[in-house]
Amino acid sequence: MPQRLVTVGSSVGLHARPATLFVQAATKQPVKVTIGRSGDDPVDARSILGVLGLGVKGGEEVVLSAEGDGADAALEELAALVATDLDATA
Amino acid sequence: MPTSLQGIGVSAGLAAGPVAKLAAPPALPAATAVTDAAAESAAARAALQAVTDDLFARSAAATDEVAKAVLEAQAMMAADPTLADAVAERIAGGTDGPHAVEAAFAGHRAQLESLGGYFAERVSDLDDVKLRVICVLLGVPMPGVPSPGHPFVLVAADLAPADTATLDPAQVLGIVTERGGPTGHTAILAKQLGIPAVTACAGALALSDGQTVLVDGQTGLITPDPSPDQVSAAHERQAALAARRASSHGPGRTADGHPVRLLVNIGGPSDVQASGVPGAQGVGLFRTEFLFLDRQTAPTAAEQQELYAQVFAAFAGRSVIVRTLDVGADKPLPYLAQEAEENPALGVRGLRLARSQPAVLEEQLAAVAAAARGSNAEVSVMAPMVSTPREAREFAEVARSHGIEKVGVMIEVPAAAMLADQVLAEVDFASIGTNDLAQYTMAADRMEGRLADLLDPWQPAVLALIERVAGAGQRLGKSVGVCGEAASDPALALVLAGMGVTSLSMSPGALADVRGTLAAHTLADCQRLAAAAVGAPSAPDGRATVNAELVGVS
Repeated sequence: MPQRLVTVGSSVGLHARPATLFVQAATKQPVKVTIGRSGDDPVDARSILGVLGLGVKGGEEVVLSAEGDGADAALEELAALVATDLDATA
Repeated sequence: MPTSLQGIGVSAGLAAGPVAKLAAPPALPAATAVTDAAAESAAARAALQAVTDDLFARSAAATDEVAKAVLEAQAMMAADPTLADAVAERIAGGTDGPHAVEAAFAGHRAQLESLGGYFAERVSDLDDVKLRVICVLLGVPMPGVPSPGHPFVLVAADLAPADTATLDPAQVLGIVTERGGPTGHTAILAKQLGIPAVTACAGALALSDGQTVLVDGQTGLITPDPSPDQVSAAHERQAALAARRASSHGPGRTADGHPVRLLVNIGGPSDVQASGVPGAQGVGLFRTEFLFLDRQTAPTAAEQQELYAQVFAAFAGRSVIVRTLDVGADKPLPYLAQEAEENPALGVRGLRLARSQPAVLEEQLAAVAAAARGSNAEVSVMAPMVSTPREAREFAEVARSHGIEKVGVMIEVPAAAMLADQVLAEVDFASIGTNDLAQYTMAADRMEGRLADLLDPWQPAVLALIERVAGAGQRLGKSVGVCGEAASDPALALVLAGMGVTSLSMSPGALADVRGTLAAHTLADCQRLAAAAVGAPSAPDGRATVNAELVGVS
């Protein structure tokens, strides 16, 4: 299954604005994407409650996974988003 | 006569009108047997969708950016696909819709709560979403701002962003809440809308619907069933105060001529009009972070010099205090290689950054000195997060080696306040950052909304430390300023002046109020108020006592 390991670029972590932007982008993808810490159970990237519930902090590594047509493109886009400091432009 | 209630005045102004209370949330009825699981499930999905649509619409209509973002996040919670699945699963298992919703939210609620910090703060947003979904399912009106059909004073335990974002200032004469603090969401929004507001008002919910109350957003006093005389007297006091403030001009001084310099806080050249904020005697806090944030490489010396020169030119003939870079691990800069910290507020921030990266400070001081040489402003520098006399001395040595004559330190750390004499002996002046001083003195995170009452600058312990620093300044003949929230509260400004604080630095909008209030009181008045505030048993007591006197003096 295609995966990407990516470091969270937003200093505040995956909450507030970074979390909503990430979930909105995941919702637009043609495939289901999951996000989680390496080794832990991942959550649906379209679930704001799931993503917030991970409690991921800035600088932590997360794994994005997806399967099916367009999985690679979806992962590419979402990984880039996670790596960006989304709070800086707030 | 009914007793009056005392809260924290967070948005100045007077309002008198009938009370309308925020509806209490409905109780969940007893569980019922599910006869048609498919219909029950469809109803639950429809309710989630309706709440999602409603919250997105409220977000779109909100003018306040913070409220807009919170409402959008709430809408996304209602739209969460895993939540809908969890509700459907429970209904399939025989639980009725409202109880299935309650249970599905409970799991996420516990998870967020256990994460603490920001995540735990989202719990109240999540509760609000859940309540809305259950109300739709039960067919009862959503809890929210009442619309009695006439202007009213809104009374509530607390207000959710969903409530405050769409308040109509034409209908809502005033706001009174039992919870909330001076810096909370309700306070910020009420100020923006110009609605008089009082928060942290114990006993407010005991007021009855339709009962007339007088709300004083300055003093925080709520008078139930006021007499017409009380209402007109309050209006007269307010008009007199406004007139006095409007008529004041010139440098800051008390009624008997004791000078208190009135300065402004600025965050960059864009804050400075070409005229350089008329009415201000200078800049008491020039934050330089804007130069360093949101970029991949450090600003060059030439770049810095040019921007400093712009600000100095706007304030030619006046004083400008430049604060050196104040960043910590909570806003790491990519080119500084800062390590992540568990506790950035207590970590390597402000002057402490110079321990590992002295070049950044050296370069900034060189750029300030170069820009100052080419200007007519009286330029000085100060360092943030100084804890010891030795740090003060070392900073002063570096700054003076670059040719900067006047050097000061920020006093935000209680340790520096405790040793104010020794710290001030090393430098030319000190400036007290009340927001951080309150955070560190009260051991309460500035980002933790639930502790807003502890972060109140009226906390007697915080005021006692400020008094200590001001006293040291008087003994050594050195100026001690205050920059931060506290300086822009006219009542607190009197207290600070009474302690011996020599300058107050605030947002430009607060200047006229502070100047006018100062001009109406003698130094002896200020000293009396300072003693009352420091000696008060609590922050609300001190605030109430001083505000009552403030009005009385007029």
